[in-house]
Amino acid sequence: MSEKLNFHFDVDGTDFTSAGQASVQVKKNLRRLGIAPETIRRVSIAMYEGEINMVIHAGGGEADVNVSEDEIEIILTDHGPGIADVEQAMQEGFSTATDSIRSLGFGAGMGLPNMKRYTDDMKIETVVGSGTTITMRISLM
Amino acid sequence: MKISTIKELLQAEVVCCEEGLQHHVYSACGSDMMSDVLAYVKDQAVLLTGLVNPQVIRTAEMMDMVCVVFVRSKKPSEEMIKLAEASGMTLLTTDKRMYDACGILYANGLIGKKVRHV
Ligand SMILES: Nc1ncnc2c1ncn2[C@@H]1O[C@H](COP(=O)(O)OP(=O)(O)O)[C@@H](O)[C@H]1O
Ligand SMILES: [Mg+2]
Repeated sequence: MSEKLNFHFDVDGTDFTSAGQASVQVKKNLRRLGIAPETIRRVSIAMYEGEINMVIHAGGGEADVNVSEDEIEIILTDHGPGIADVEQAMQEGFSTATDSIRSLGFGAGMGLPNMKRYTDDMKIETVVGSGTTITMRISLM
Repeated sequence: MKISTIKELLQAEVVCCEEGLQHHVYSACGSDMMSDVLAYVKDQAVLLTGLVNPQVIRTAEMMDMVCVVFVRSKKPSEEMIKLAEASGMTLLTTDKRMYDACGILYANGLIGKKVRHV
């Protein structure tokens, strides 16, 4: 596999029940590529948390997954409210999720720390009022 | 423990993917918070939950789980059943409460195993 493979998804921000569809599809695609199950699980969890965040905090967005020979890159872009204090958002347990989100099983404030933990590198670019881009990398070497 | 044994111990009904009853599993977890499952669970093959929405199935799928047991007689929706069927995940439903269902399985040897941070 010398060229890069790219998967692109629009993440619908209006429908919580469909959140995670892109992650499920990526998981299937990566399985077909024969990538190690443990690596696939890390990619899946990180992307799923990010996808859920785009839906519950940012009104949806776009997801791009690039697979090259030595790494998997996940880029999540939204045009939501942005994150005012990234350091605070990264803390375990910090969440601005509403009770209705919590009653759906999310909003424990573990998503961003989880994404960092499961990936080899995570970068958050965010501007309050205009949106957030999160880039995560997982090494295949 | 075979999933068919879980079904018997919990007097559960099979909602879908009956063929999965032959699977052997070695550990399980119980939670209504999918966030916690994603953050703390490691290698557990069965999820017991009282939460009913499609994210339960997707969360279990992300974690490579093979079976979800709905407690307190919760019934998964058609959409959830379709998602589970697409990934070959066995769904069971039992009238037991969470505490009792987990206790019965644990007492019969299905442990929770270590929960660890990666
Ligand atoms: N894409 C995003 N856009 C805006 N805010 C976000 C985004 N992702 C995360 N956040 C903020 O960071 C907080 C922590 O996120 P996370 O750790 O995933 O916890 P949770 O989603 O459970 O609240 C969120 O409550 C929210 O305030
Ligand atoms: Mg989150």
